[in-house]
Amino acid sequence: MTELLAARQVKLGDAIKTGLVAGIVAIFVSAIGMVQRFDSRIIFSSVTFSYVLLIGIFAGSGYQAARPPLRLEGYEAPKAGVRNVLAGLLAGTAGGILLALFILVAGTANLRPIFPNISPELVEILAFGRELGLGATLAALAAAVLGLLGGALQLVPQRLKKAIGGTFLWIVLFALLRGVLAPVTRGLGITSLTDLLYERQGLSIAGLVAVAVVVFSSYFFLAGRVRAARGGLERLPENRRRIVVLAGLAVVTLFLGAIPQVVGVFLSEVLSAAGIFLLMALGLNIVVGFAGLLDLGYVAFFAVGAYTTAVLTSPISPRFTPELTFWAALPFVILTAAIAGIMVGTPVLRMRGDYLAIVTLGFGEIARLLFLSDWLEPTFGAARGIRRVPDIALGPIVMKGPQDYYYAILLFVLLAAYVSWALQESRIGRAWMAMREDESVAEAMGVNIVAAKLWAFVIGAIIASFGGALFATRIGSVFPQTFSVVVSVTILVLVIVGGLASIPGVMLGALALVALPELLREFEQFRFLIYGALLIFMMLKRPEGLIPSRRRTRELHEEEVEQDAWLKAEAAKQEAN
Amino acid sequence: MLLEVTGLSKVFGGVTAIDDLDIAVGEGEIVSIIGPNGAGKTTLFNLMTGMILADGGKILFDGRDIVGMRPSQILHLGIARTFQNVRLFPEMSVRENVMLARHCRTKSGVLRSILRLPSFRKEEEETKKRAEEALGFFGKRLVGYRFDQPAASLSYANRRRLEIARAMASDPRILLLDEPTAGMNPRETKELTELVGKIREEKSITIVMIEHDMQVVRGVSDRVIVLDYGRKIAEGSYAEIAGNERVIEAYLGTKATT
Repeated sequence: MTELLAARQVKLGDAIKTGLVAGIVAIFVSAIGMVQRFDSRIIFSSVTFSYVLLIGIFAGSGYQAARPPLRLEGYEAPKAGVRNVLAGLLAGTAGGILLALFILVAGTANLRPIFPNISPELVEILAFGRELGLGATLAALAAAVLGLLGGALQLVPQRLKKAIGGTFLWIVLFALLRGVLAPVTRGLGITSLTDLLYERQGLSIAGLVAVAVVVFSSYFFLAGRVRAARGGLERLPENRRRIVVLAGLAVVTLFLGAIPQVVGVFLSEVLSAAGIFLLMALGLNIVVGFAGLLDLGYVAFFAVGAYTTAVLTSPISPRFTPELTFWAALPFVILTAAIAGIMVGTPVLRMRGDYLAIVTLGFGEIARLLFLSDWLEPTFGAARGIRRVPDIALGPIVMKGPQDYYYAILLFVLLAAYVSWALQESRIGRAWMAMREDESVAEAMGVNIVAAKLWAFVIGAIIASFGGALFATRIGSVFPQTFSVVVSVTILVLVIVGGLASIPGVMLGALALVALPELLREFEQFRFLIYGALLIFMMLKRPEGLIPSRRRTRELHEEEVEQDAWLKAEAAKQEAN
Repeated sequence: MLLEVTGLSKVFGGVTAIDDLDIAVGEGEIVSIIGPNGAGKTTLFNLMTGMILADGGKILFDGRDIVGMRPSQILHLGIARTFQNVRLFPEMSVRENVMLARHCRTKSGVLRSILRLPSFRKEEEETKKRAEEALGFFGKRLVGYRFDQPAASLSYANRRRLEIARAMASDPRILLLDEPTAGMNPRETKELTELVGKIREEKSITIVMIEHDMQVVRGVSDRVIVLDYGRKIAEGSYAEIAGNERVIEAYLGTKATT
């Protein structure tokens, strides 16, 4: 192969298709009420969050449509050019026309009997408050321009691209998190910062500029440095590296410990709620991420932990009232969770993949129905649940408010994170990994699959039961309705979006997907829609998760290196000819 | 005899894969098993490692019947194998692949791993050392920066080598190699043939090998066993086998009767 074929070009037909999809998405989010709901959030001046959403959709479609095709062997490397920008423009225009048609239809015909959310207010938002024809035209034009801009983004170098995208994202985040930052700055005694950054609603001009400058420059100048720093750390000798790592951990722990004092009650409450999910996500990560056992009934162990704690500590638990303290009950919680883990694990030992998922899904429901059943009512109180679960006490100190609970939850989260790390880098961790990759070979290479599977279930169950125990005392009561399949699914989403088998990934996933919707009430009602969309997007575009486990990064990196080597070799051949 | 198979049989749905088979392998031997496709060679390996269950007969390893044991127990006793269609753990690193095979020779449990006791650290160090030793057996091909590369990134021949290193790291007494030279070029094949001899000389491991390449079979085998339709049709030195009428018939088909 001496001559390379001319580079493959973006197909304009595909660009129009992408644009039409974006248009449909825009109509969809309008018709389900998302746009109108987000309109009350002001980002900057008169730009509301609903506009940001639409900007994201159309600019994103332009960017996607303008993406140069993959380089194939024997072809020249494609270079982004005018054609790519044109593709972006086409995508934006196609989507815009669709949206404009929607505006015209929604403005003239009364669609409310079928789509209650398609209201005159929605039309007003979409038409920029103008009269129908002009508004629709403006909307189409805006979409076309956004598509063009999105397409043009393909022309700039990678580093700049990341910086621009990141800046956009952080500006929106800062504007949305106004309610969060205010108590933080108050806690730190720098209220003037909030006054500078924000107007009565949304960011001020100064705030916008400040955020943009800081974020943009840190993206632009820090790019590559983080990786370099990590590389430098890895080259340090063992004992010095350990010192650096320990110092880093100490700083992080101090920081985590200071959080509730700084951020106040409301945010501590949010973080506690997210923390319990994070704890369980870490546990499920061991089962699904490390051992590769897809467990859809994980909520069962959460319920077991919560009910065991409630029965043993509440003074009015229906049958037994040993009235233990939280800490005295904990060994029993561990024990019952371990037994539950073995009970679920044993019958599914011979099952793999989908079958395992279905059976565990059933187990999750069985657990909830048992706690709800009349049969066990004398012990668990059926639908009435168990109330008056006491607060956690540490000697004379009773953990009362959310700020105190934050510490209890932090303790367990750190413990779970440590256990995850310790097990990953050990004999059993390797056995799990091998089992995940090829069960029969793992067995043939000496791994006792029965023991390995049961251990994964038991450890996952114990961590989930900690979550349940903390949940029961934090809420002060347990009801069977809490433990629905939705909890299992939510935790699984956190693990997958964050990055299977990646401990930092799972942490980020839990914080982003649980804490953010708690903070932004508007999201609450669309939470599962967003989870679903995110899950599909991640599976298609980034199956390794937000922060991939190191193993996966290594693999992806490997590919890049291989490709680079190949390209170089080809270039050399060309020169020789 | 180190390994003694008597009256072994296995039936898959109506097809008899192994039919009343008797085989014996002595300590320190290199035995090749040959036979046309579908003769039951790999099934025999699967039976000997417990990956499938025999329908009848006995497999005595060092005097103990291992039929019905789990594959992990059999590996622990000292029978390790490689696979015809290389089955590594692709996402694990080269070193981790081999470290895994030490599983049956180590015993750190969950609690010790969590507490990071000195005994755990020592065992991990030892496991790592042994794994690197096993990889070092192949010269420079699998060492150095390759230790940390995912197994999936290796070349085909290196994957075969890694699989052998993995099997060796479990300290087996007998090593079952399923077509170790399949897909290798002549030079690599020659190198591997020498290596098989070296494994026996240096590690005193008994070797049973399924092989199609007659050069390899001739090069290293003390004894050759020929299977066809799950039965042993011939046994002996390479020279004896090469001239055996039934063997030629099995490979080339029945002579036309005129």
